[in-house]
Amino acid sequence: MENMRLHSSTDRQPNDAAPASEAAAPAATTELLLAMYRLMLLIRTTEERLAKVQASGALPGPVHLSVGQEAVAAGVCVHLTDRDWITSNHRGHGHFLAKSGDLPRMIAEVFGRATGVCGGKGGSMHVADVSKGILGANGIVGGGIGLGTGAAWAEQLRGDGNVAVVFFGDGAANQGVMFEALNIAALWKLPLILVCENNGFSEFSPSATVTAGEIWRRAEPFGVPGLAVDGNDVVAVWRAAGTAIARARAGAGSTLIEARTYRLRGHVEAEMTFLSKAYREDAEIEARRAHEPLMQARRKLEQAGITAATFAGIEAEVLAQVDDAFKFAEESPWPAVESAYTHMFS
Amino acid sequence: MAKKRMVQAINEGIAEEMARDPSIVLFGEDVEVSPIGDTRNLFERFGPARVRNTPISETVMTGMAVGAAAAGYRVICHLFYGNFIYTGFDAIANQAAKLRYMLGGQIRLPITFMAVIGGGRSVAAQHSDSMHPTLMNLGGVKVVMPGSPGDAKGLIKSSIRDDSPVFFLQAAGRGGESGEVPDGEYVIPLGKAIILRPGSNVTVVAIGSMVKPAQRACDELAKAGVSAELIDPRCVMPFDFDTVVDSVKRTGRLVIVDEARRTCSAASEIAATVTERTFGTLRAPARRVTVEDVAMPYSPILEKAVIPDHLRIMEAVRGLMQ
Repeated sequence: MENMRLHSSTDRQPNDAAPASEAAAPAATTELLLAMYRLMLLIRTTEERLAKVQASGALPGPVHLSVGQEAVAAGVCVHLTDRDWITSNHRGHGHFLAKSGDLPRMIAEVFGRATGVCGGKGGSMHVADVSKGILGANGIVGGGIGLGTGAAWAEQLRGDGNVAVVFFGDGAANQGVMFEALNIAALWKLPLILVCENNGFSEFSPSATVTAGEIWRRAEPFGVPGLAVDGNDVVAVWRAAGTAIARARAGAGSTLIEARTYRLRGHVEAEMTFLSKAYREDAEIEARRAHEPLMQARRKLEQAGITAATFAGIEAEVLAQVDDAFKFAEESPWPAVESAYTHMFS
Repeated sequence: MAKKRMVQAINEGIAEEMARDPSIVLFGEDVEVSPIGDTRNLFERFGPARVRNTPISETVMTGMAVGAAAAGYRVICHLFYGNFIYTGFDAIANQAAKLRYMLGGQIRLPITFMAVIGGGRSVAAQHSDSMHPTLMNLGGVKVVMPGSPGDAKGLIKSSIRDDSPVFFLQAAGRGGESGEVPDGEYVIPLGKAIILRPGSNVTVVAIGSMVKPAQRACDELAKAGVSAELIDPRCVMPFDFDTVVDSVKRTGRLVIVDEARRTCSAASEIAATVTERTFGTLRAPARRVTVEDVAMPYSPILEKAVIPDHLRIMEAVRGLMQ
C-alpha cells in the first residue's frame, strides 16, 4: 500500500478567502482586546489544567480541548448577552466560559459531581447553562446546528433582536444538517450565525482528506453571506462576528463564518494511547504554535503599551480563579444515586 | 357533542389550543395545504408567524423543534408520514429524548411530533411502518395513539399541553372515520387507558389502528358466548399497566393486538410486564397478535394478509379459551 503523506491540515490560508471589509471595520479598543485576552487566557489555563488532571486519571470521562482555538469563542461571545443563545459541540468548554458560564460549576460537571452545572448528568460534552443562553455543548457532531436554528426561530418570533450562534467544527460542516439549516435560515431570514471553527481536523482525519472545497463558500448558493477569517486573530474574529451579529439583530438574516484555526492538542486527550498511528507530524504542531492566538493578542497589547506587570497580574488572577474552581470541584460531593432517575420527563 | 371525522377532531383540538396559548407554533411539510387534513385552515386563522411550511428537511426540523422549545415556545412539529421520523431521528433520539436529562433538568421540551403511521392503503413499506416501539424505547418521549375521534381530540390537546416531547401517532387512513367528539374543553390525561367494553373471559388490549378490528372481534366473540374485555391504552408510553393488570386478574387471559412487527413490539413489552405482575392468575400464556417480522407489502392482497384483522384476533382468543 502506498505510504500516505500526512496532510497539512489547512491547505489554504485565510487571505484566500472573502475578506471582511477592512475599510468599514471598527478598531478594537485596547480595553476590549485586553478583556478578550483575559478570557482566552482563562480558557487556556482551564483546559491545560484539565489536560493535566485527565492524565492523572482523576476525570471519569473523556475531554476534548480547544487549546489554540480560544480566539473564536472569545471574539464571538463578547458581542452576546445572556438573552442570546449559543449551541456548541463536544469541544465546548471555551464557548461555555466565553458566554459567561460559571467556571467552578463547569469543572464540577466534568468531574461528575452534584454541584456540576448539569448535576453530573452531562459531563464535559454537555456543559450547559440555560440561564446564560448556553443551550449546551453537544456530543453529536452537527447536533447543535438544528438546535441553534430552532433557537434562532424562537428569537425571531419573540422579536426582541436576540440571536443564536452555532459553534461547530469543520467535521460538522460535512453533516447534511448544515445545508438544511442554511436553506431554512435563508428562506426565513433567521437571526442565526453559523460559526464553523475549522481547526484542521475532523476527529483524527486532516480536513483536506474529508472536506471538499472551502466551507465558507457553502453559504453562497443559499444567498447567505459567507466569509473566512483568521480564527487565531481575536480581533479579526470579533470584527467578522460583530458584522454578522448586527446584521442578524437588524432582521437581515444569517451569516456563515469560517474561522480558520488550529487544534494544538488531540481530538481527545490521551488519544495516542489507542490510535494505531499518528495522523499529523509533531513538526506541524510546532510550526502552528507560532501562530497561536494568545501570543498574537499579547503582541498587539504590548505594542499598545500594556506592561509585563499588567500581564503578570492577569495571569495571577486567572490562575487563582482556576485553582479555586478545581478545588471546588474536587471537594464537591458525588450526586445522590436517586438523581439518575430524575429529569427524563418534565 | 357532535359526530366528526378523526382529522376534524384533531384539527379542532389544535385550533383550540393555539387560540388559548399564543406560545404555540406549528411547522412542518405542507402544513398549509394539509394533505392529511389535520392542520387545515390553521395557517389562515393563526398566520404565517405561527403556522409555517418547511422544506422537506426532517433532520433540521426535529432539531429546530428542540431548539425552539428550549428557547420558550410550545412546538408542534408535523412530520407527515411516520417513516419520516427515521429521517429526522438524530435530533429525536439524541436531543429531544435526552437533552433535559443531560442538562440536569434545566429545560422543558414541550414538543408534539405529529405523524400518521401504519399500513392498509397500498403505500408500501416506506410509508407504512408502525414505529411506536422504537419511540417507546427512547425513554424520554411519550407516545400517544388515539383509537377514536373523540379520544383524538382529548389526546391532542393534552399532548400539546404536556411539557415533554410527545409523539401523536394517528393511524393512517383512519382520519375519515367518524365518531362522537365532545365540544370545547376536553382533555384526556396521557397514560390513562380506557375500557371500551367490559368482559369476564379474556382481556384484549388493542393499540391505535387495531382498536377497530378488535371491536369487531369482540362483538362476534360475544355472539359465540365469549365475554371479552376490550382495553384501548390510548398512550403506549407511559403505559397504563394498572388498568390492564387489574383486568387480567379478573379474566385470567390476555391478548394484545398491535400493528408493529412482532419482535420488540409494544405487544411484547405489555405481555412481559403484565405476565410478571399476574403470573399466578394467568390461565394461559399471553398472546400477541401482530404483523410478522416483514416489511409492509404494496399489493392489497398481500397487505391484507400481513395486517391483523378481526379473524386473527378471534383465533387468538379462541386459542386461549381451549
